[in-house]
Amino acid sequence: MPESSYEDISTIYCYSTMPPSRQYSHSTMPLLPVSPYSGPSDFCTENNISECMLYISQELSSLGLPSIFYDLNGIRELDVTSALNGMYDLLQLQRRTMGMVEELEVEQLKVSSDLHCQQLSSSKLKDQLELSKKENIRLRERERQLEINVKSLQSCLKNEKEEVQKLQNIIASRATQYNHDMKRKEREFNKLKERLNQLLADRKDKKQGMDVLNYVGRSDGRRSQWKTVKTDARHESEMYKTLLNEFDKHQKELMLENAELRKVLQQMKREMVGILSPKKHSQKEEKCTEFTDQQAASDEEESSEMSCEHAREKLTNSIRQQWRKLKHHVENLDNKASMVQLGREVGEQMISKDVHQDEMERLKMEIQQCKDFIQTQQQLLQQQLNTPCDEETAAVLNDCYMLEEKERLKEEWKTFEEQRKNFEMERRSFTEAAIRLGHERKMFEEDRATWLKHQFLNMTFTEHMAIKTQNALSDYSVQEQKHTSGPKTPL
Amino acid sequence: MNFSEVFKQSNQLCKISPDGKYLATCVQYRLVVRDVNTLQILQLFTCLDQVAHMEWSSDSLFILCAMYKRGLVQVWSLEQPEWHCKIDEGSIGLVSSRWSPDGRHILNTTEFHLRVTVWSLCNKSVSYIKYPKACQKGMDFSADGRYMALVERRDCKDFISIFVCDDWHLLRHFETETQDLSGVEWSPNGCVLAAWDSCLEYKMLLYSLDGRLLSTYSAYEWSLGIKSVAWSPSSQFLAIGSYDEKVRILNHITWKKLIEFEHPATITSSKAVVYKEVEKKPVIGTEDLSVHQIAMGSSLFNTKSNYEITSLPVQVPVVKPDTDRANPKIGISAIAFSADNRYLATKNDNMPQSLWVWDMQRLGLQAVLEQTAPVRCFVWDPCRPRLALCTGNNKIYMWSPAGCISVKVQVEGSFQVQSIMWHGSGDSLVLLGKDQLCLCYLATDEEK
Repeated sequence: MPESSYEDISTIYCYSTMPPSRQYSHSTMPLLPVSPYSGPSDFCTENNISECMLYISQELSSLGLPSIFYDLNGIRELDVTSALNGMYDLLQLQRRTMGMVEELEVEQLKVSSDLHCQQLSSSKLKDQLELSKKENIRLRERERQLEINVKSLQSCLKNEKEEVQKLQNIIASRATQYNHDMKRKEREFNKLKERLNQLLADRKDKKQGMDVLNYVGRSDGRRSQWKTVKTDARHESEMYKTLLNEFDKHQKELMLENAELRKVLQQMKREMVGILSPKKHSQKEEKCTEFTDQQAASDEEESSEMSCEHAREKLTNSIRQQWRKLKHHVENLDNKASMVQLGREVGEQMISKDVHQDEMERLKMEIQQCKDFIQTQQQLLQQQLNTPCDEETAAVLNDCYMLEEKERLKEEWKTFEEQRKNFEMERRSFTEAAIRLGHERKMFEEDRATWLKHQFLNMTFTEHMAIKTQNALSDYSVQEQKHTSGPKTPL
Repeated sequence: MNFSEVFKQSNQLCKISPDGKYLATCVQYRLVVRDVNTLQILQLFTCLDQVAHMEWSSDSLFILCAMYKRGLVQVWSLEQPEWHCKIDEGSIGLVSSRWSPDGRHILNTTEFHLRVTVWSLCNKSVSYIKYPKACQKGMDFSADGRYMALVERRDCKDFISIFVCDDWHLLRHFETETQDLSGVEWSPNGCVLAAWDSCLEYKMLLYSLDGRLLSTYSAYEWSLGIKSVAWSPSSQFLAIGSYDEKVRILNHITWKKLIEFEHPATITSSKAVVYKEVEKKPVIGTEDLSVHQIAMGSSLFNTKSNYEITSLPVQVPVVKPDTDRANPKIGISAIAFSADNRYLATKNDNMPQSLWVWDMQRLGLQAVLEQTAPVRCFVWDPCRPRLALCTGNNKIYMWSPAGCISVKVQVEGSFQVQSIMWHGSGDSLVLLGKDQLCLCYLATDEEK
């Protein structure tokens, strides 16, 4: 038997068909014993060939393959072809089986990994479930505790209330008991008092009495009157009169107060309408005027029906309405002002609240100052007007003042006239003097001219010089003469 | 301010006559009548025993002197000094004695409040009123003197009787729904009678002159109730001070609470001005303690005091009362309206050194005066909004809306002011010490 070929084929076959699942083989089914060649098998020896053949044929026939021998007269002869065929069939079978094994192993891997994933997720979920169960338990525990707390507090409260009630009942019962005891003691006391009264009245020694020198008249001077039914009636009527007077007075005061308040309310309403209307746009102006018309009409109504409850309600309702509008308006303004402050925008029409307030303060102060000024002016004017007490004396006084003035003016006029005259005279004298001066100058010039001519005609150069000096001297002397002759002329 | 010299008096019995001309004082058993301006003695009367109560009649012609121990009442006339009148109550005893508003009848209450006897000085008539009640204020006359309200108790029930003072005619008699009626007070216009229960129950009843119940007011129950009551001079307000340290003001139109004034221990934001009395003791060096100085005496004890305005918040000193005893020193024990209705002064017993002044126009706290000693007495000027108070030392203090001053009583010797009375014109004050009195004449314009 070619054992070595068996060995080779089997080993080759073994290694080539080593399933990959060998690596994952721990949990899988045991594979078919395709073990590596482990030495010649000692199944068949030379002695038991026919038994082996028989056995192998039986095995093959159980697998559905023909036998490998044929029987020749009781001697089993190996049919090589059928044996080879059988072997070939076995190999095919083996190959097929291996393929199936592979497939099965792949499937098994898949399944096992799926299972693993499932197991992981299930374990995770189990953990989560555990956690949430714990949480649940915890919360339940807490809720239970809180409920217990609430119950205990409620029971405490109930106890306290009961105690309070009990104490109040105790106080009430004690109070009644004390009252009862007090009443009992009081009755006893009254009895004692009456007994005492009786005893004292019976005693004769120290009697009550008044000792007076003489009786005094009544403070209002009248005589006292007998007590009759009439006096009783009179007292009653006086009492009621007092009460009625008081009620009347009271009612008058209330009416006055009412009227005042109503006036104030109406004024307020008018002012509020006034404040609100200019701010409204033109669209609303019509409505506003309508409203004011209505108001005017209702005012008239109200003034005529002063005590009508309907009018009163109307007034209060309209005031409330106006007030609401004003409030909205002011709120809007406030919002705008605050928005402006935040946005740091100072628009044309809107200024920030602070600035507005400062302006207001300033204006108020100005107004106050102006008012004070006006008042002082008024006072002064009043004083001025007050000093002339009546017309005649005023006229006389005025005349006196005028006379004084006239006198003064006259005097001044006189002085002015005198001065004017003086000035005129002086002016005249000055002009005359000036004219004279002119004349004299002219004459002097003429003289001078003739004298010079004369000299010039009658002299030489040195004489010129001498004459010049002489001239100068003579000029001087002439001037002197002039000067001296000047004032001689009559003014 | 000028101070007169010091005179003796006993029992704090010193009254100015209703017409403001005379001052009557009792010294032991003598009755001294002086002129108010010159303080010269005009009359001197001698009574039979030490005088316990003294009262002028409404027309300033007679003075009543009651001696309770002897059960005697003596009446003296100013016009006719030789006129005399003596009322002897005998063994029945005398507990209180007073004039009727017409000045011609005297009402004597016997011992144990057995009855009230009305003695007439005009004729021989004597009237008896049975079952008067012994309570805080059991009898009150209306301001015009026409009616008298009397609290009675029969068969353990309270009644109020209204009498016409003219002839003591019983006008109305009705039962009140009170446990233990403790007092009655007429409103200044004479048309409403306020009646209040004892402090065990807070209950204020308002009756009209003709006996109709106008309204009932009860602020709370169980705790101690009403301690003091005051009408405003215009009858517009009724102020009720209670043990819970609050004053409740009722208005005369609805008789419902108008406002509640609290007296907290800490005064925070309010428009009130808090005046604190600050004492400055003079600093004396050791070399000054010569015998001469001590003999002079005045300089060592010359503590000057003036008021400082403290800024809010202010802690008011509180004295905790003893809760185990009856009539605890807690609650509003004294209320007084000023004459012009504008201000209300209150004193809270557990803040004894402080006096609270409220503005009735604004219905808020106007000022708080904190003194160095418990306030003993405070009285409003009958003409102006000016309050005079004393704390038992040698100074008098005055508050007005303009400010607060403290004035030392400039008299010889020491004078501890224990109570004050105003003259009807508001120009002078009578200061009463333990057994001395002196007059203080005020200048027409003052105040810092």
